[in-house]
Amino acid sequence: MIELYPFIIEAIQIVIVLLFAPLFVGWVRMLKCWFQGRTSAGLFQPYRGILKLFHKDVILAENASWLFRFTPYLVFGVTVLAGGIIPIISLTLPFATVADVIAIVALFAIVRFFTALAGMDIGTAFGGMGSSREMMIGSLAEPAMLMAIFTVSLISQTTSLSNMADVVIHKEFILRPSMAFALLAFVLISLAETGRIPVDNPATHLELTMIHEAMILEYSGRHLALIEWAGMIKLFLFTTIGIASFFPWGISTSVNLINISAGIIFLILKMGFLGIGLILIETGLAKMRIFRVPEFLGSAFLLSTLGMLSYFILE
Amino acid sequence: MTLSPFVLVSLSILIIAFTIALVPLFARHQKMLIYVSFPLMSIASAIAVVAGIWSVAIDTPESVTLSIGLPDLPFHLRLDPLSGFFLTVIGLLSFFVSIYSTGYCKGYAGKRSVTHLVIFYSLFIAGMFLVVLSDDAFFFLISWELMAIASYFLVMFEDELIENRRAAFLYLVVAHVGAIAILLSFGVLAGATGHEGFSGYTFDAMRQAEFPLKWATVAFLLSFFGFSAKAGVIPLHVWLPEAHPAAPSNVSALMSGVMLKTAIYGIIRVTFDLIRVFPLWWGAMVLILGLITAIMGILYAIMQNDIKRMLAYSSVENIGVILIGIGLAIIFTSFHIPVLAALSLTAVFYHSINHAMFKGLLFMGAGALLHATHKKNMDEMGGLIHYMPWTSTLFLIGSISISALPPFNGFISEWLLFQAFLLSPSLNSPLLNLLIPMGAALLALTAALVAACFVKAFGITFLGHWRGHHHPPLQKMGLEVNWPMRIGMILPALMCLILGILPAMVIEWMDKISDELVGGKIATTAGAFGWLWLTPVAHERASYSGAIVFLWIIVVVMLVYILLHIRKTAIHRVPLWDCGFEKITPRMQYNAASFSMPIRRIFGFLFNIREQVRLSTSTISPSFPNRLYYRLRIRDRFWGWIYRPISESSYWISRKFGRLQQGYIHVYLIYSFITIIILLIFAR
Repeated sequence: MIELYPFIIEAIQIVIVLLFAPLFVGWVRMLKCWFQGRTSAGLFQPYRGILKLFHKDVILAENASWLFRFTPYLVFGVTVLAGGIIPIISLTLPFATVADVIAIVALFAIVRFFTALAGMDIGTAFGGMGSSREMMIGSLAEPAMLMAIFTVSLISQTTSLSNMADVVIHKEFILRPSMAFALLAFVLISLAETGRIPVDNPATHLELTMIHEAMILEYSGRHLALIEWAGMIKLFLFTTIGIASFFPWGISTSVNLINISAGIIFLILKMGFLGIGLILIETGLAKMRIFRVPEFLGSAFLLSTLGMLSYFILE
Repeated sequence: MTLSPFVLVSLSILIIAFTIALVPLFARHQKMLIYVSFPLMSIASAIAVVAGIWSVAIDTPESVTLSIGLPDLPFHLRLDPLSGFFLTVIGLLSFFVSIYSTGYCKGYAGKRSVTHLVIFYSLFIAGMFLVVLSDDAFFFLISWELMAIASYFLVMFEDELIENRRAAFLYLVVAHVGAIAILLSFGVLAGATGHEGFSGYTFDAMRQAEFPLKWATVAFLLSFFGFSAKAGVIPLHVWLPEAHPAAPSNVSALMSGVMLKTAIYGIIRVTFDLIRVFPLWWGAMVLILGLITAIMGILYAIMQNDIKRMLAYSSVENIGVILIGIGLAIIFTSFHIPVLAALSLTAVFYHSINHAMFKGLLFMGAGALLHATHKKNMDEMGGLIHYMPWTSTLFLIGSISISALPPFNGFISEWLLFQAFLLSPSLNSPLLNLLIPMGAALLALTAALVAACFVKAFGITFLGHWRGHHHPPLQKMGLEVNWPMRIGMILPALMCLILGILPAMVIEWMDKISDELVGGKIATTAGAFGWLWLTPVAHERASYSGAIVFLWIIVVVMLVYILLHIRKTAIHRVPLWDCGFEKITPRMQYNAASFSMPIRRIFGFLFNIREQVRLSTSTISPSFPNRLYYRLRIRDRFWGWIYRPISESSYWISRKFGRLQQGYIHVYLIYSFITIIILLIFAR
């Protein structure tokens, strides 16, 4: 029975990922409404949105290929896989050894690759525009993301996220310049990767500003539901990657039931605060012009490379 | 005679010779020629693969001295694990491409004779086999030239087009400048061995010699220059995007997939086996050149609209990635860290075989497109996923693999290379401490740009609507290529998957090579966690399991699909929503130039770009232009920086020398007289 515990925790974590992700999005949207002086639709509105889409019929363009229909399932499956690997409530996950942090970034790259292809499948100008922009942003954000994470993994001498978090928890706390650079870069990249303001606006369907929405414009019904859900999970996972690499304290290091529940409570608290931080950024900034984004991401790339350099030179 | 890897590889070469001998018999029956020669070539390649795998597995070098060659220097051949590995890579792709060619060359039947295609194709493969087998400088260069000349004639195959003749000439020039450098490098090494006569030219003599650093450096620089010219290292890459698209697609697959690897083999053989001196700055130089090649190669690739040119530039990028690994291996060896050197070399070998598989597959896919649509420009294709279901799926697998996405193979080598970067401790050199993080950053940028490049390639070619001016000459499914071509593409696609999900086994097989070259192993740790997991160095440092990722994706996709189909929700197929515009045409789609526009705008300063936009307005309503002209020209800056001055100055010099030619016999007699006088003065 004891040897089954890690697998039970793994299952709990995947359920948490699936259920908490819409909740976190709901929380963020609620905060945004409050900050902008509007009445919110409530914490559970994202669930209702997904459920509604699941019940709807699918409207599919005549020339949609198998790739277009396959992409939502793949995107969802890969995103959930990433959710099983990142240490969210516990460090002792059996799945943690399946992929290290480079592989997790590559998993998100699969999501981007297929979403961009699906955007081009129907052959509308919007889809192509979204795909082209998304690949531009991705090709700058992904290396910056890797560099930010690499700085942490150089300090902890491992690329496995669980072991990285473990090292950070057990080492005495020192304020490292490299970590500060990496964290700053990571925040910038997370905004870009999850399609938040100032890079992309998740709430808009304005022709000339949308990126992610442009790619998935032709989706409907259960396909759209899967993609939306996967998008929410992605936002959730980026937050948890940030937590695991920069603020892992509170994540359970054993399979002990009390520690696990404490881990979940810590997770809820951290996510609550990070949601507030996200909304402060989103309400404080305006969306950038698309060709400002490379400068934004370039500075993130520069910051993360500086972090790595300062590790090699100063530490 | 007992059966050994060497006997097998000799058998393979004999079959190739037999194939060439058969060609004249079938010259009048072109179809028979195709059906006989290419299956024979695939058998020969398959035997070579067995020999290669076997020789790596048993890890005992076999050498043979043939009694032909120069009087003092008979031909030496040797099959050791390093040559065995490259023999496997070359043999595998030749096997797949030979199957593919059986179908592909049928497209030429009735249009042009394939007789000399078959002859040079066979010679080309034989040349590549012999390059990795040869064990003395003389035989190496003979095989090298055999390979170069055969591929020159293959590039020239469709010689009625002027650009093909130009490409072939450029290729010939660069290949020979490189060959001269390699020859000089072997000369320096042979001189430094201290042997009398020709015996210094055997690789064995070089292996036993201790080279003084001065001569070792000269030899390394010369051979690195020579092999770089063949591999297409920037700035010696200009022939590659010209020659590879000009050749028939099956040949481009071989040239890009494995001929470039013989240059990598040469670099590794000369550096790690013959010279065995590892000054730090060699590694730094190779690393920097590799980084420049990788990043520039992929940026050029993104800008291309011709699918074969794009693939050729992407080969430049992959060669860069391989050089990064070689540079790291030299650096780590010079710091005496054999485990990390072995890790980098493993990444090099893994990427070599990976690139052979996916680039071979992609070039064959481009060949299938050419075969079916007679087009190379991506902007004239589109929507082919409906007409070519097999080709599109296989091309997609190739694109995923080359974009380094799990669970396919490209990810493994990129991952190993990242591990090598990350495991590097703080080295005792400020330059390297700067270079290694920058290197990791540029490698990450390259990997991400590759994905953008192949989303563009696949998306523009296979997705959306047909972009050409005329409708495709087809009905649904009507364009798909024949079965030999499909099988030739299915097999490398399967290899991409197998290499992606069973890396621990492959690394265990090829680990002896790096042990022999740098004295370090990683297999004891690589598979220590079980064959499912790849754990270089130690499992708490990094682990990855491609098999579990693959299984998970399949299981979850199926599970979600079934869960969502319990409740019946209908799918309605409707016409494309046109925003109420009603006149939506395929010309309104994004095309290759517009897709790469954001990246062109960011990295545009690296290129020589000329963009022209012109509106033609009618006099009646000037605010509504009736035509818009757009012209975009992207050029390689290196062409203007390096090649133009060289070619112009050589023309200038030859014009000056041309003045010597007066056309009068007495002037020439005076020249001879002066020459004799000078010789008498100096050669007393």
